[in-house]
This record gives sequence, structure tokens and C-alpha cells, in this order.
Amino acid sequence: MIKNISNLGDAALYCDFGKDVNKDINTQVIKYFKTIQKKNISGVNNITPSYNKLIISFDLKKINFNKLKKIIDNIEIIKGDSIQNKKFEIPVCCEKEFSLDIKRLEEKLKMKEEKIYEIFFEKEFFCYMTGFIAGMPFLGDLDENLRAKRLDTPRVKVPKGSIGLTEQFANIYTFESPGGWNIIGNTPLNIFDSTKEKEPNLINPGDLVTFKRISKEKYQNYHE
Amino acid sequence: MNKNYFEIIRAGINSTFQDLGRKNLYHIGIPFSGAMDNRNYLLANKLVGNDYDDPVIEFAYQGPHLKYHGDKINIAITGDVSFKIKDGDNLIDGECYQSFILENGDELDIISTNKSVYGYLAISGTFDLKFQWSSCSTNTKAKIGSNNGEKLSDNQKITIKEINNNFVNRKLNYVNTKIENIRVIRGTNFNYFSEEGKKIFFKNEFKVSKLSDRMGMRLEGKKIENIVDTNIRSEGLIKGVIQVPADGNPIIMLSDHGTIGGYPKIGVVVSADYDKLVQLSPGSKVKFQEVDLNSAETLFKLYDLETQNLISQI
Repeated sequence: MIKNISNLGDAALYCDFGKDVNKDINTQVIKYFKTIQKKNISGVNNITPSYNKLIISFDLKKINFNKLKKIIDNIEIIKGDSIQNKKFEIPVCCEKEFSLDIKRLEEKLKMKEEKIYEIFFEKEFFCYMTGFIAGMPFLGDLDENLRAKRLDTPRVKVPKGSIGLTEQFANIYTFESPGGWNIIGNTPLNIFDSTKEKEPNLINPGDLVTFKRISKEKYQNYHE
Repeated sequence: MNKNYFEIIRAGINSTFQDLGRKNLYHIGIPFSGAMDNRNYLLANKLVGNDYDDPVIEFAYQGPHLKYHGDKINIAITGDVSFKIKDGDNLIDGECYQSFILENGDELDIISTNKSVYGYLAISGTFDLKFQWSSCSTNTKAKIGSNNGEKLSDNQKITIKEINNNFVNRKLNYVNTKIENIRVIRGTNFNYFSEEGKKIFFKNEFKVSKLSDRMGMRLEGKKIENIVDTNIRSEGLIKGVIQVPADGNPIIMLSDHGTIGGYPKIGVVVSADYDKLVQLSPGSKVKFQEVDLNSAETLFKLYDLETQNLISQI
């Protein structure tokens, strides 16, 4: 049962799983998300899982906060039912033209470029959530020595495929968008495909992701 | 094949196809989209005898100038809009909330929305559009929906798949009113703000900034001071959420908003006020007024009754 449910405006339930961000809490959020999604509750418009919150928005013409809260209060997740993780290896090219903020990170982290990449490419990441822009995966946890704040002034345009770092997370810009994360490379892989309506996102919450460094030549020939 | 079409002489500032939007996609990062002003969207369709959820053209500020080619068709425009119809040598002043018949060669020039932002053009027929996730709504940021996810551009064609032979003249007496007090429910981070900041939020006037679009409405006013943290752990957003970033100026999430955000939420606009909120043009002054959940639900019932009542008058 979700202990802490309040209203977010007049047309959404705000389910709070606590302050911490870790895999266990996020796994709980994802399990509730999947269970509630399967129930197909009439009037529910959207269910949005994030690190430690779940927001359920609804059509006020069809249902209201108290009625929906009663339904959600009675939902239990099946214990021991593990979420299925898919594993992905994402190719990344770190040539100068793609690693827009590597110099900034060298300064902020007081670490050489090669060391930053070495630590980054060793890690297996967990996908906590997707969103902000379509298909963007929020991956954690970044090694403690690689954690830096967002850019002081966000870029107006971050190129499609950019790999960004900030605080304890890494992400991938699924298409060109404004953004303030520290960009360290670029992937030729398509992470979001709007023509695949059933599964437009390559990476989904709960999936495991590693990154693999590729040469510029491989990057350029990737789609051939 | 597609002998009925509009030729776009001038596309307007932000003209897109919209319907009721797409649901159950926030978790993959795709916003709701759909017509910004739901009531005016529904009324436009009803005025030409369409189904309530048919696609329409939404325009902002300056609308499109179109030349029609094909068999006669019924059209209607809703909102607070100035437009002209050129029928041969006659130039007729258009009226909102009234259907008009266009014949081959007629022109429709949607000059501007008056002291408002959005207007709607519906036709008695079906546009030839691409649907994604059961919606034609164009989301220009994610390049999703009809017209390849782009707004309409000059010199393109809008093809019409089918015309419903529905030429009944329909009319409604309705005047859009401007909202000054936007009602809000306290947000989940209301206590992140200082006592003075909370007072400013509910007592002071805010000005709608030019940096407003289908994604969000930025407001300018006296700085709302945050005493806890200017960032929260990123979490889901919904339409109407008012976030306050470090600069202390509120931003209200609108239909094409990012699905996740990391700024504290000071409040959420009640569903009943959303249609009127989106019509506030840059420079407009607004105030926020606090209501509780019960009142918000009652306000929505009244809003919905009024909408149903207007629809039944057509």
C-alpha cells in the first residue's frame, strides 16, 4: 500500500515514496506504476513514475481525488515479483566535437579527461525514469567522483544523441532540445522512435545500461 | 483524389492541428498536447456538425490566410477573433460562433485574436492527417503528430479527405470573458517558500511574459523567495502546475509541457480556470486566489455544466 498520497491540484494523486533516491525505492515506484497501469482504471489519464514519486492524473469529468484514492489505497503489488530488466550497451563517441563540456568537467572535478572516461565507461547504470523530453532516460548512479552541477546557463540547443552528466545521473538527449547537463559524448543510436507506437523508447525504467566508447570512424559508419 | 483543399497564403504565427490530445504517455516523456482552450475547441466542432473530438486548426495571435479550392464546405471560428471572408469581390467581416459556407475560390483571412491568444477553425469535414497514438495533435518540440510535427507553413496545401454535406447554419451567442483572478490549490512544495513569498504569491499582481507558448506561461512579478531549496528531485508534472525556479518568477505548465521537472511547485491552477488562463496574452496582469480541493471540484462542475449548456444551444 502507498502510505503517503496527497492531491496535486484537483486532477492528480501525488504518491510520495520518501526523500531518498535509490534503486530499491525506485523499484517500488516502478512496480506500482506497472500494477496500476494494468488495472486500466477508468478516468486515469497518465501515470508518471519518477525517482521516488508517482503521479496519477485523471479526467475530473469521470472520477475525482477521493474516489481514485480509495481505488489506489487498495492496490497491492505482488511481493517478490521482480521487474524485468533489459540490458543495453550504448555506443558513444567522445571526439572533441561531441564532448562539449569535458574541459569544464576536468576543471570542476579536478580530474583528467581520460580518468573521467575510464570511470564513466566502467559503470553499469540503472534507468530510474524516462521523460522531460520524449524517451530521455535518467540513468544512475554516477560514480561519486564524477558528480557536477548543471551548466550555469543552459544551452538553447543540445544536439541529438548527446550524453549528459549532472549530479548522480547520466542521460541521453533523444532529440535536439534545450538543456543544462554536462555533455561528454554522442551516440549514433536512435533512443526514441515515434513511429514505433507500441515501444517508442529504447530504454525503459528498470533497464540496465552500459556505455561503450567508439571511434569517430565507427560513429560515422554506424548506420551503414 | 483530394480535390478539396486549402492553399495557405499565409500560415500565421503558430497554426497547428489539434484535437483532444494523447493520454497515458507521460511515462515515456510525451505530453498531453491537444487544443489549449478545450471549450472553444468543442464549440468549433459543434458549430459545423462534427464529432466532438474531430481535428481543428488552432492558431495563436495571427491566424492563417487560406484560399479554398473544391466543393462547398461549412466552416466556423471560435475564440475572440477578427477575420474576413472574400467571396468573389465581396469582403465580408466574419463573426465567431457562426458557421459560414465557403465555395471554390473563396478566401478566409484570420487576421488576429483580440486581447486573447488562441482561436479555432473547424470545417464540416475531415482533414487528411497523420495520427500518432490516436491523436493528430501537433507537438512541434517532439515533432510528433500531423504535418510531420511541424506548424503550418506558407504555400503548403491542407488537403481535405472528405466533406460532410452538413450545411445547416448554426450560431451561438457567446462572448469570451477575460480572467483576472486565477484560482489555485496549494502545491506540494508550498512550504519551500518564505511567509513573505507566500503572501506575494497570493496578494501581488503578476504580468504574463512574452516568453509564453504552448509549453508554458512565464510570469513576472515580485520575487517569491525560496527558503528550503530551489531544486527538488525531478518528478512528474501535470498541466496547470506552477513551478518557481531560483529566479523567483512563476512558470505555469501548459499543454505541451515537459513531463518531468525539478523546480518546487508552489501551486496548481484549478481545472475550471485552465481554458481562460491560456487565453491571457503577454502583458496581461493576473492574481492568484487560493481555493481548496472541494471548491475546485465544485468550480469544475459549474464550468463543465456551462460548457454542456453552450453546446446544447447550438
